[in-house]
Amino acid sequence: MTLRITAAHVEAILEQSRAEYPDECCGVILGPEGSDSAQVLKPMINAAHSPTFYEFDSKDLLALYREVDDNSQEIVVVYHSHTETEAYPSRTDISYASEPGAHYVLVSTRKEIAPENEFRSYRIIDGVVTEEDVEIVTRIGD
Amino acid sequence: MSAPIIEVRIPTILRPYTNSEKVVSAEATTLEELISSLDSKFTGLGERLLENGELRRFINIYINDEDVRFMGSLAATLKAGDSVTILPAVAGGC
Repeated sequence: MTLRITAAHVEAILEQSRAEYPDECCGVILGPEGSDSAQVLKPMINAAHSPTFYEFDSKDLLALYREVDDNSQEIVVVYHSHTETEAYPSRTDISYASEPGAHYVLVSTRKEIAPENEFRSYRIIDGVVTEEDVEIVTRIGD
Repeated sequence: MSAPIIEVRIPTILRPYTNSEKVVSAEATTLEELISSLDSKFTGLGERLLENGELRRFINIYINDEDVRFMGSLAATLKAGDSVTILPAVAGGC
């Protein structure tokens, strides 16, 4: 499996993670249902406002799923940042992962690697984590 | 008078319990009754929603547009025409 994502989306996610530091940032990328095509970036508010936890606000979550349903879309990517640790799914990330069809993207902005960062993608299905390649492209086909 | 029939939207991760149905229905006047009624139709579903008789922390349930945690959780009442949506939390942490 490979995640195909635009350079603009990668940069926007990294920018959001820097802007919300030291809290974790989070969001999704939507695409047409069944397409696995990451087209529309939607940054979400981390309702936990925490450097060690993220959670979509419950009203935002309902609104997001309504929008996805109404527009025949799917959640292609679920992303969040780790601010002090590696960009690898934690035990908490794995236990909460509930979209078997989604690419789970983790970015790390930990200071040991600054000004570099990590941008990695995983599948998390039934508690099993599989890292996948990330292909950065200039645009995603319509 | 019998209990109203409530339509319930099921998230992807729980559809293995509902024979892949996205929308199911059950008769109930409270959320607790609804979950019990769903569990009797779809064995194991109740266990995914409840833990020690309480709503699981990482499961969100809405009656129409309102999170049931603001409506008395399992005691929240249901009436004809209500629509219930179950969504797992999108959450995690380092």
